[in-house]
Amino acid sequence: MSELFYVSAAVAAISGILVVTQVNAMRALINLVVLLLAVATVFFTLGAPFVAALQIIIYAGAIMVLFVFVVMILNLGGRAEEQERTWLGSVLWVVPVILAGVLLVLFIYSTRSPAPAAAVVGPKVVGASLFTTYLIGVELASILLLAALVAAFHFGFLPSRLEKSDE
Amino acid sequence: MNSIPTDHALILAAVLFVIGALGVMVRRNIVFVLMSIEIMLNGAAIAFVAAGARWNQPDGQVLVIFILVTAASEVAVALALLLRIYHLWKNVDADEVSLLKG
Repeated sequence: MSELFYVSAAVAAISGILVVTQVNAMRALINLVVLLLAVATVFFTLGAPFVAALQIIIYAGAIMVLFVFVVMILNLGGRAEEQERTWLGSVLWVVPVILAGVLLVLFIYSTRSPAPAAAVVGPKVVGASLFTTYLIGVELASILLLAALVAAFHFGFLPSRLEKSDE
Repeated sequence: MNSIPTDHALILAAVLFVIGALGVMVRRNIVFVLMSIEIMLNGAAIAFVAAGARWNQPDGQVLVIFILVTAASEVAVALALLLRIYHLWKNVDADEVSLLKG
């Protein structure tokens, strides 16, 4: 199980770097889906099969599909790829990589507890916790989703359908 | 079942978070910035699951479910706004569409 953790951790890190350095939007999205699947495997090895399944269903299955649809609607094309290549010159990466490296060193330096992960925390315990301790969080999450639904619906209306003016 | 040290899972969370932060800093295309934000959210989710697994409690997974909800709603609204921006200015450059008016 621990070998699976290290392998999927490496896959996640590599595909994360590939997403960030990619010029083509569709290829970056595919790399992002690989990252989400690797993170789901990491969840499974850490003894969290419930969120591993939810990660695949919701994140890779719904959110990424939304991303793919929007990128295909935008239809940026080859001109955008050339533009991305001119933006991402090699000098641009120096200062952000230094800043990110400092941040990473700080994060790793602050990890203290070497205690291993305990046994599997199954869906039954998580469900019981959601219905008792975190009940108000569930209700707030549903309100947040409703607000996001209304906002996305309102922003999604193109002006030509909403008003009768010329564009 | 071999146990994974919590340290290593937190290091993975830090690495993913920093890769996402790097992407947000460097990229100009709004689509790529949104993708980098998703990477950061996944890093935070790994940290939560590692913490919950260390104490054998469901709280970490519950918070990951809330992260999933937050990410879904944020992506929906952000992509709807992106489509409106593209419809108006035919441009997805974060440096160009920097004025709030219009």
